[in-house]
Amino acid sequence: MANMSLKKTPMPEQDPKVRARNFKEVSLGYTAEQAIEEANRCLKCKNPKCVTGCPVNIRIPEFIAKVQEGDFKAAYEIISTTNALPALSGRVCPQESQCECHCVRGIKGEPVAIGRLERFCADWYRENINAMPEKVESNGIKVAVVGSGPAGMTAASDLAKKGYAVTMFEALHTAGGVLVYGIPEFRLPKAIVANEVKKLEALGVEVMTNMVIGRVLTIDELFEMGYKAVFVGSGAGLPMFMNIPGEALKGVMSANEYLTRTNLMKAYDENADTPVIKSKAVAVVGGGNVAMDAARCGMRLGAEHVYIVYRRGEAEMPARLEEVHHAKEEGIEFKTLCNPIEIIGDETGRVCGMKCIRMELGEPDASGRRRPVEIPGSEFILDVDTVVMSLGTSPNPLIRSTTPGLDTNRKGCLIVDENEMTTREGVFAGGDAVTGAATVILAMGAGKKAAEAIHNFIQKQ
Amino acid sequence: MNLMGVFFVAYLRFFIILKGRIRNMYKIVRKKELNAAVTLLEIEAPFIAKKAHAGQFIIFRIDEQGERVPLTIAGYDREKGTVTIIFQKVGFSTIALGNLNEGDYIRDFVGPLGKPTHTEGVKRVCVVGGGVGCAIALPSAAAFKEAGAEVDVIVGFRSKDIVILEDEFRAVSDNMYLMTDDGSYGEHGFVTVKLQELLEKGNQYDAVLAIGPIPMMKFVCKTTEPFGVKTMVSLNPIMIDGTGMCGGCRVTVGGETKFACVDGPEFDGHKVDFAELMSRNATYCQREKEVTETHACRMDAMGKALIK
Repeated sequence: MANMSLKKTPMPEQDPKVRARNFKEVSLGYTAEQAIEEANRCLKCKNPKCVTGCPVNIRIPEFIAKVQEGDFKAAYEIISTTNALPALSGRVCPQESQCECHCVRGIKGEPVAIGRLERFCADWYRENINAMPEKVESNGIKVAVVGSGPAGMTAASDLAKKGYAVTMFEALHTAGGVLVYGIPEFRLPKAIVANEVKKLEALGVEVMTNMVIGRVLTIDELFEMGYKAVFVGSGAGLPMFMNIPGEALKGVMSANEYLTRTNLMKAYDENADTPVIKSKAVAVVGGGNVAMDAARCGMRLGAEHVYIVYRRGEAEMPARLEEVHHAKEEGIEFKTLCNPIEIIGDETGRVCGMKCIRMELGEPDASGRRRPVEIPGSEFILDVDTVVMSLGTSPNPLIRSTTPGLDTNRKGCLIVDENEMTTREGVFAGGDAVTGAATVILAMGAGKKAAEAIHNFIQKQ
Repeated sequence: MNLMGVFFVAYLRFFIILKGRIRNMYKIVRKKELNAAVTLLEIEAPFIAKKAHAGQFIIFRIDEQGERVPLTIAGYDREKGTVTIIFQKVGFSTIALGNLNEGDYIRDFVGPLGKPTHTEGVKRVCVVGGGVGCAIALPSAAAFKEAGAEVDVIVGFRSKDIVILEDEFRAVSDNMYLMTDDGSYGEHGFVTVKLQELLEKGNQYDAVLAIGPIPMMKFVCKTTEPFGVKTMVSLNPIMIDGTGMCGGCRVTVGGETKFACVDGPEFDGHKVDFAELMSRNATYCQREKEVTETHACRMDAMGKALIK
């Protein structure tokens, strides 16, 4: 019997007041009953539009049908035929602009909660079965994957399943890329990422941490070592700053630094050696998902006030609605149509305020969004002692500067063809290294496509 | 936490490492105490040893709770597959590292990071080292020598009891000048006194490379500026990943933001904003103080007074 409720079955969450001060996961996930109830909202369309919106082509109606039957194992197995990392994408995908926006139930009411169901299946499998995938018979052909984020992990998984001897190189001390250094524990528990890495190892992928490709080994040396193809999924790069006075003060940092200290280095844990600045009031400059993550970390690290400072209006914010909603629930204060012009320091060189100017929206700019214009004379000082710049990144120069023949665009992103191959034969790339800062699922999609292309490339030789 | 507490925790960690309860990765094959506060460790890291050059750095992390700490490479042996680091026990992590022994392992050791010392086209160079900075000035001096340059070395220490690497410097230099602040060994005075003397004498250097405490590097730059001698300095800003991701190591050079981990760590000293670097390096000073009485923080205070 179809569930004709216009609303999604709500997913239990930690109380906002409580969770704003801890690092435990915010969303608690569906119970089996809730999952079945929500699955029953799916109308099993003959021509499912949702699948077309998924970068990794998850067989959505098929897995949901299995959830309806209560056969969660079968549901998970269907998902995992096309998606190597469902526990991750079920949590961090912007489903509202991908699969769910195509759902017919969304025409009148809310779409089926595909993301929540995907997450449920992955969690149920991990908690109840967690069978490690079986190693496929090796074809002995070596492929190198540079970077162990969502793009690299997906490519490594797909290639290992085809029998390639995959080595995945990670620059940091823990595999997972942005999933471990960037996305906070309360959105994506690190134990889940670690479990996915364990699965890759079970598939025979050799994971080498502390290997900065471009420094310790170049791409050319990887070929000399017998790797037949290389996938570069090295992610986004150096953080951008505003170039306003005061950015070198103590207490000003990039979102990458703030998040890395907090997530990868676990600075919130008093047993960890890495410090993170203690703040009374934090201003996070920017309006993307990373800004929301930084702001919510600031709250959890004990700040009394945390502000999002964004030069456009709330409607123009690139962050997911759900993230904005969660942030507001947790007490993050939004200062939209507001732009920093100077950061002010005290006599010790520590931030003691941020001078901002109010903005109004003018004519649309090249991005199609209305361009923010300063309102003269509207300057004011925001009382903060920490400023986190979340303005995006520019690509990391390490690989492009040490690999002859690897072309980049004006912004420094690697150029790839329709098969994700760069301008160097046998070198493929995907994820933020190609697109600039984007989403986990787009990176996973690129990793998947590249794995297929690498397979074809090697087979042709 | 008081100093005893720090040593106790460091001891506990050391004990855990000995027990091998965590995944052990990089073996310490040689340990030598160079003076009471400075330790040399030779670490098995074949990939890094193969690629390392003078001027580059590594990042170590002792164990799962450890912080990532950058240290400039003091030497490497490509055949043996080892990398040498020399460090001053000034903070929690370096004290804990100094408590390890031959045969112990550390959890993480990554590199070589940063750009090597630029030796090309330099016919005559003066390498200036101060204190523990001498440890990383040595491989650069050797690199210049190997590239065929005539190498003058000025090394400075507070007093005789902390002099390190004297013979090693003699072996790679054409002229070597050893200075102590209190005159207890070598010549009396700061390194800048000797540098000024050599420049005034008419020594023509294509480059000066200064490695040491920030105030020393700043004053070396002040000394060379009137003579128009290109002066490179090796910077040590706060850093986390060391690969061009966090932006913590940003320094202002010639009015531009540069990242020490990918653009450096060596920069044109005449363009570096030293006061800013000094201030930023003290960001977590208060916290370190809570953990231990650090020498580095006192050094910062002294440096600030000097720069003013």
